Amino acid sequence: MPEVHIPIGPQHPALKEPVNFKVVVDGEKIVSLDLDISYNHRGIEKAAEKRDFIKVVPLLARVCGICSHSHTTTFVKGIEEAMKIEIPERAQYIRTIIAELERMHSHLLWLGVAAHEIGFNTLFMWTWRDRETIQDMLEEMTGNRVVYGINEVGGVRRDLTPSQIQAAFNHLLKLEDRFSKYGEMVKSDQNLQIRFRGVGKFTREEALKYGTVGPTARASGVDYDIRRDEPYLAYAEVPWKVITDTHGDVWGRTLVRLGEMHESLKIVRYCLENLPAGPISVPVPKTAPPSEILSRYEAPRGELVHFIRTNNTDKVERLDIRTPTMANWTSVAVSLVNQNIADIPVIVAAIDPCLSCTSRITVLNGRGGKAGVMTWDDLRKRGCGKNNKGRSVS
Amino acid sequence: MNALLLAFYILVFPGFLFLILYSFFLEYLDRKIAARMQHRVGPPFVQPFADFIKTLAKEVIDPKGVDRKALDAAPLIAMAAVMTAYLYVPIIGRSPLAFQGDLVVVLYLLTLPTIILFVVGWLSRNIFATMGGVRAVTQMFIYEVPFFLALITPAMMAGSWSISDIVTWQQQNMWFAVLQPIGFIIALIGLQAKLERTPFDIPEAETEIVAGPWTELTGRRLALMHLTIDMAMVTGCALVAAVFLGGPLTPWVITPGWLAVIVGFLLFLAKTLFILLILATIKVATGRIRIDQLNDIGWKYLASAALIQIGIVLMMNYLWVGA
Repeated sequence: MPEVHIPIGPQHPALKEPVNFKVVVDGEKIVSLDLDISYNHRGIEKAAEKRDFIKVVPLLARVCGICSHSHTTTFVKGIEEAMKIEIPERAQYIRTIIAELERMHSHLLWLGVAAHEIGFNTLFMWTWRDRETIQDMLEEMTGNRVVYGINEVGGVRRDLTPSQIQAAFNHLLKLEDRFSKYGEMVKSDQNLQIRFRGVGKFTREEALKYGTVGPTARASGVDYDIRRDEPYLAYAEVPWKVITDTHGDVWGRTLVRLGEMHESLKIVRYCLENLPAGPISVPVPKTAPPSEILSRYEAPRGELVHFIRTNNTDKVERLDIRTPTMANWTSVAVSLVNQNIADIPVIVAAIDPCLSCTSRITVLNGRGGKAGVMTWDDLRKRGCGKNNKGRSVS
Repeated sequence: MNALLLAFYILVFPGFLFLILYSFFLEYLDRKIAARMQHRVGPPFVQPFADFIKTLAKEVIDPKGVDRKALDAAPLIAMAAVMTAYLYVPIIGRSPLAFQGDLVVVLYLLTLPTIILFVVGWLSRNIFATMGGVRAVTQMFIYEVPFFLALITPAMMAGSWSISDIVTWQQQNMWFAVLQPIGFIIALIGLQAKLERTPFDIPEAETEIVAGPWTELTGRRLALMHLTIDMAMVTGCALVAAVFLGGPLTPWVITPGWLAVIVGFLLFLAKTLFILLILATIKVATGRIRIDQLNDIGWKYLASAALIQIGIVLMMNYLWVGA
């Protein structure tokens, strides 16, 4: 059979967000592939420069639906560092609780999606059902199911009441039971094993070479987790361990995520039990002194980096967001070559891609080939077009 | 059987009209069972029928450069094949059209939908459809052999190539599911693969190749092809029920003729629903396997097991006839 070009994306049932793989296959084997991202650039970094520190937090919560807490925490953490303020212990703990709940529901979601990619819809339906429990918890604590809106510069916006904590303990008991059950199910299911083992493999060296982060890297034996290596929030005080695995394939990534779900649950329980008393926020200055901050955070998908430059105003001069999916793309593209075409969905899903966060544009001058910077007005003109000139964008 | 009654048998009950209604019902039940197992609500009772009417009314879209007539004809040919196959399967008693060799005819006709799917995939001029078609045919070569072997072993033991005769033999002796459990299991797996249900939905793997050969089917083509597969499910269940579970006949003679028909029909319903329950459970409990893995499983284990079953049957035949 001659080589066949298969376009996977930008619209394809396996993809929930637009990305394009131009795959060249020989029979069922992948010979080479070309990756095309950035179908949905939203200009968030630019928009962030136009908003003050209070307004930019809700914007950043919308970078990604699943990691809404990750992005805001990374940002407020960086700004607090720039302002040189310490937020109260209780706020740190509440942020940690929300962060770990977010990790749990993200990993449950991932397990469902991975099962769906190999056509195992029962596991998909079950994990998503139990994910509801976590979203209920988040709703009880923060008032919202997806975009929690609990972070602000200087602390958190809502306190936990004793009854909320009690309700959370009850939910955690149920979740613990379900997590163990999924662990058993996944480990004993032959079908998952033959589809996950040895698929999309890359070694520790490759993971390091291509800058892989998060559970994807830890599954290849890279013992690296920002929560331990550069502790923030309450992670330094909570007893927990980094989960690693040496399989390096989709199976390993599954095991790492299953383990992390258990660890997250322990962290949440510890934080709820040892929640320090005191205020939940401190007053903060309106402006931040000139500084450059690299704020790092272990999001469910891996290391999330916000580069923040402040310039003595109430706005950031530059915000650069490096999402974990961005870091993981290259390793996926490499590990797909020589794999079976039937394994594309599951290998791509194994890094838990979050595409909307990864869209980037570089404007190239057609003749000179020079990269440049677009102003906010240029971006608006490009996005809204001529006809929408009057539309207000604030 | 007089001509009028035969026409009624073929066209209304238990012929085509019943086949269409029952295939809607089985699809509903299949989806409902799967949904309840997956902790979902599932579709309402008339959903398969509503889907059918809706897709039937939708616009038919011809992809560029496609042979329209061939694409129109393909679902009809598949449908005709499955409906014909159904007539030879005992539903309320022995099939009035039974003849020596109808088992082979039924197996042959049930293979046609897969071949048609391949043709549709090839005609569609779409990369996903083509790949799905190639996969469908590859998969067919893997499961058909053990499936045929499994269904032929009862014929060897009953000494007849007619499904109705095989049912009659079981009436006098014992179910083939008891006598040939290996063959029964292979037949169920083969049926699952024939109907392209998980874990054998490789040709239409949604997350890999969109909908496989179905990708470019629209409007009435899609509706008819879908109905065909539902009918193939009824026929397949009825075939396995007849060959392995004694079909509609009871070991006792039931005196009034009409009562025997009713009992036979109820037995048919019970047995097909039982087989559907097994198929639905397999569907829910598994994920899709890869085509190379299916190749391994099919030729290494299923085909060998079917051959072993044939060996056992030959030995049993020899011993029984010898005694």
